[in-house]
Amino acid sequence: MTGQTIARRPNQLFRNLNAKIASIPMILTAVVIFLGGTLWTVVYSFTNSKLLPRLSFVGFDQYERLWAATRWTVSITNLAIYGVLTLIFSLVIGFVLAALMDQKIRFENTFRTIFLYPFALSFIVTGLVWQWVLNPEFGIQSVVRSLGWTSFTFDPLYNADIVIYGILIAGLWQGTGLVMCLMLAGLRGIDGEIWKAARVDGIPTWKTYLFIVIPMMRAVFVTTLVIIASGIVRVYDLVVAQTSGGPGIASEVPAKYVYDYMFQAQNLGQGFAASTMMLVTVAIIIVPWAYLEFGGKKRG
Amino acid sequence: MTLRILAAVMAASVALPLASARATDLEVTHWWTSGGEAAAVAELAKAFDATGNKWIDGAIAGSGGTARPIMVSRITGGDPMGATQFNHGRQAEELVQAGLMRDLSDVAEKEKWKDIIRPASLLDSCTIDGKIYCAPVNIHSWQWLWLSADAFKKAGVGMPKNWNEFVAAAPALEKAGIVPLALGGQAWQSAGLFDVLLISLGGKDLYEKVYAQKDADAISGPEMAAVFKAADDARRMSKGTNVQDWNQATNMVITGKAGGQVMGDWAQGEFALAGKKAGTDYACLPGLGVNEYITTGGDAFYFPLLKDEAKSKAQAALASTLLNPATQVAFNLKKGSLPVRGDVDLAAANDCMKKGLDILAKGNVLKSTDELMSADIQKQKEDLFAEFFSSSMSAADAQKRFAKIIASAD
Repeated sequence: MTGQTIARRPNQLFRNLNAKIASIPMILTAVVIFLGGTLWTVVYSFTNSKLLPRLSFVGFDQYERLWAATRWTVSITNLAIYGVLTLIFSLVIGFVLAALMDQKIRFENTFRTIFLYPFALSFIVTGLVWQWVLNPEFGIQSVVRSLGWTSFTFDPLYNADIVIYGILIAGLWQGTGLVMCLMLAGLRGIDGEIWKAARVDGIPTWKTYLFIVIPMMRAVFVTTLVIIASGIVRVYDLVVAQTSGGPGIASEVPAKYVYDYMFQAQNLGQGFAASTMMLVTVAIIIVPWAYLEFGGKKRG
Repeated sequence: MTLRILAAVMAASVALPLASARATDLEVTHWWTSGGEAAAVAELAKAFDATGNKWIDGAIAGSGGTARPIMVSRITGGDPMGATQFNHGRQAEELVQAGLMRDLSDVAEKEKWKDIIRPASLLDSCTIDGKIYCAPVNIHSWQWLWLSADAFKKAGVGMPKNWNEFVAAAPALEKAGIVPLALGGQAWQSAGLFDVLLISLGGKDLYEKVYAQKDADAISGPEMAAVFKAADDARRMSKGTNVQDWNQATNMVITGKAGGQVMGDWAQGEFALAGKKAGTDYACLPGLGVNEYITTGGDAFYFPLLKDEAKSKAQAALASTLLNPATQVAFNLKKGSLPVRGDVDLAAANDCMKKGLDILAKGNVLKSTDELMSADIQKQKEDLFAEFFSSSMSAADAQKRFAKIIASAD
């Protein structure tokens, strides 16, 4: 017994030694680049660095200025609207499309390719395509007007009140196909016996989906949620390509604020403060969720 | 036929490496990518190649706002180019202070830049701690109103002679389905328009009080309120422009879809490229026809400090080429800007350029905002005016926020 415990100690450290050595570069990358870079950014966000980083601390000045800036509040509001709606719509549309595809329809491969195709395009291309589609001079508005409805107006990208929805349309068009594919994979993972059992019990199809299948797809939903959420926080190129933040500052997003102030305004401190705020926002959402998700399991 | 072309291409591809092996390659980055600009930069390349070196063109598409971060990060990241365009002023200030840029004092002394460059303030902006760090190539002024003859003919009103007449003509233009004032969606255009209104309607003293002395009373005063009122007019007149880039907005004036545009003299390159004639097809009003003052911002080339001896020599050659009288004339005629030296002959200049030269000769020049304020303040100002011109923010609110931004300037 005692011999076993003595032998176990070196075992723990050297077990799977090869795997541990192999993962050292990745661990170093994670610690030095991700963690180190993050800490560096947070530290320098308390300085008045301009074009080049320098350590002269000014306390919370950068943050005060940040939260007083209209452009930042507009950016945060836009991100919230875009985030919540993207989450809801891409999950709902993605799941409905997947459920429809799951009805053993003909040409499933063709449809799947069509729906997934936009995802193969970069955000820049997506943004440009939708900039043209939504342009009042030669997009939807001009097509409808040429059909006879001359007073038809549809110019979301040039209307400050609804511009973020114009961006949302493009984002959904690009991302929903992927959500659909993930959902479809999840649906295919559900055992056919469950469907049979549900049918025997006389449960309607929609109820089977809602109360049996969806709870069983929890893992797929979590994966999808993480993929969508990370896409939301870093939304940048779509806005740059579609509106470059306009009209005025109506479609600005936080990532663009960070970039513009770091490089165009040559004010690193302000850019770092903004990116730290983005990190804090993400942490506020992620930490409680991770606690519930992973902390709960240990107790259970 | 095709064979001959093929042979020529092959010969060229063989000849090219040979030629560049003897000459020193120098990569030059800039953001001159519109039609007129590209034609102008080709003149610089031609002149530099004639010195036996080779110009490697590093054009970065997008406006200066896109290109500058790339340039700065290449220099700070240890991958400097041979030379790079900046607007002279404070954009490269910190790079110079960090010792990343090359001191051009030796070239400047040999070529007597102090005597030939006019106005002297241009060289002052290149000078930090008594040393010269950049070679100015042109003078660009913002304070121009470009008017389309076609548009006014169509609307049945006479060509305005100044800003107030232009504002008065706006309803007639609108009735004819013409956008009175073309204003591109990018933020710098809105901020630029406001500065032009400030100089042209507010006058020299007010401009200097606001941007140079940062006088809080003047900024919140009634004279400034009048400028904001004019900005409000401009906002109303620019409704329905729906384009982003400045040259697209200029194109609206060229094609008569818009009545006019407030834009710097670089717009002239676009008119020239479209084959339009100053005075008949389009008119220009410096200082909006009110106060004929121009700011003398412009473009300058900065040279990062390089270790390579041959490349340093090529940098000196480029610096002196840029200020060569022949280059100055060829470049500025294509670009639509004014030369930085007063002793060159611009007989080929058109009506508008001659007006600009006159103002320059009279000495009615002011420092540009690039020279007076840091990039940080400029950016905040851009954000404010981008918001102002696209929303229904009241002129009084905008003035208050403007005062706050200028008060935080360093």
